[in-house]
Amino acid sequence: MSEGARTGVTRAEYCVVACAEAWRGAGEILAAPMGLVPTAGARLAKLTFSPGLLLTDGEAMLMGDVPALGAASRVSEGWLPYRRHLALVTGGSRHVMMGASQLDRHGNQNISCIGDWKRPDRQLLGVRGAPVNTLNNPTSYWIPRHSPRVLVDRVDMVCGVGYDRAAAAGPSATRFHRIPRVVTDLAVLDFETPDRTMRVRSLHPGVTPAELRAATGFPLDVPGDVPRTREPTHRELRLIREVVDPAGLRAREVPR
Amino acid sequence: MTADEAVGRLESGMTVGIGGWGSRRKPMALVRALLRSDLTDLTVVSYGGPDVGLLAAAGRIARLVTAFVTLDSVPLEPHFRAARQSGRLELTELDEAMLMWGLTAAAHRLPFLPVRAGLGSDVMTVNPHLRTVTSPYADGEELLAVPALTLDAALVHLNRADARGNAQYLGPDPYFDDLFCEAAREAYVSCEQVVDSAAFAPAGGPQTLLIARHCVTGVIEAPGGAHFTSCAPDYNRDEAFQTAYAKAAADPVAWGEFAGRFLSGDEDDYRAAVAAFTGEGA
Repeated sequence: MSEGARTGVTRAEYCVVACAEAWRGAGEILAAPMGLVPTAGARLAKLTFSPGLLLTDGEAMLMGDVPALGAASRVSEGWLPYRRHLALVTGGSRHVMMGASQLDRHGNQNISCIGDWKRPDRQLLGVRGAPVNTLNNPTSYWIPRHSPRVLVDRVDMVCGVGYDRAAAAGPSATRFHRIPRVVTDLAVLDFETPDRTMRVRSLHPGVTPAELRAATGFPLDVPGDVPRTREPTHRELRLIREVVDPAGLRAREVPR
Repeated sequence: MTADEAVGRLESGMTVGIGGWGSRRKPMALVRALLRSDLTDLTVVSYGGPDVGLLAAAGRIARLVTAFVTLDSVPLEPHFRAARQSGRLELTELDEAMLMWGLTAAAHRLPFLPVRAGLGSDVMTVNPHLRTVTSPYADGEELLAVPALTLDAALVHLNRADARGNAQYLGPDPYFDDLFCEAAREAYVSCEQVVDSAAFAPAGGPQTLLIARHCVTGVIEAPGGAHFTSCAPDYNRDEAFQTAYAKAAADPVAWGEFAGRFLSGDEDDYRAAVAAFTGEGA
């Protein structure tokens, strides 16, 4: 029986903690999470080990409080309309956790379209701010359904820039480029390898190496002694369940 | 002037910038006037929402310059998707920051501005005309030179304006509406309410006076002129209507019925049809 099964910790709760860890020691920067689980993670980080974080209300205000997911913020501590947000990106005082329709082993990310760009099979959002994000501030990724369709050998359109493409583009591209981690519903991954390709940092409790390999669209080495994603503390678990997400919205993104 | 008069001053083939962001404070009354006109072959520059969807569905866009098209609470714009997937839309896909610096360059009458974005991404691949520039200073950095996005016309919607073209936003975000106006040779500002200039100060501080009259060609009073997008604090996005829009857009027959019901008449007809739709849901 896994540790999680004994303690009743859900997969979504491991994911919240793993996302929160992305902002450990970050200081006074903007945590910019996209998706429910990263949003819960950023709020948990602020309530625990990263109290200096700045959080947005998803519109133009910086929140001076830490409301529950889905609840309104009552205190504003600053103004961050889109153009100031873009200045903050290029100033570097931000760590964003973006989504990805496709992500490859070098960390190249696609949210623009699937298939040939000239006439896509599926048009998605467009590149949005992924090119500027990845060249200017730390950019992590959140993948709620780890599958070979998302973790692909090669993305159809490079929006977020991976390590290989940044290196090829030269010093201006690599100067502030960093992809600290990828959190999925199965594992935490990073690029802390000599060739800057994806590595398993930890497996969530209950996930087998074979399961992770089968869900990944490129060969992924999973060492036998790979660590497990850490357990939430009692206080963290209470904060997730009673303060950050009492309505249980996290289960919408990670149901099991 | 009226929205139809403003659009009557535009020409086919023009480059038109549209303010707002996603499904927020879009100049929809002006977009609906564009749909009533016979203008075509437009290059549209926009942080895209239903403005892009409607114009693309009507075949008015020759080229779209954007970083995204979304309805916000509905992530993917169905008309934009259909136009792209059928190969009907020429796209210049830029990053959000590149679009901002392109408009800024135009506003400052510069040929380009350097930006640390796009390098290493496929934005460079799908826009082979883009060039880089090397810093003349000791750092020697090679950055992307975003070309100026000079607009023939800008269309924006704000909360209040006076008859001379000074305009005030009262919501939380100016978006890039002033920049669109400054980057354009002509700018048309629609607003919820035309007010006397004396009404500006009591409504909000000096920083709410976003657009100055020297870069505005025409003012259009258009109450509800951003519907069904948001125009905070006057109104939020009409989620029920937007859902109906997105649902209808996914099917040609349903879209024909939707367009017939809401887009076949003038702005008064539109408002009446929306009121009837809202009444049905109540």
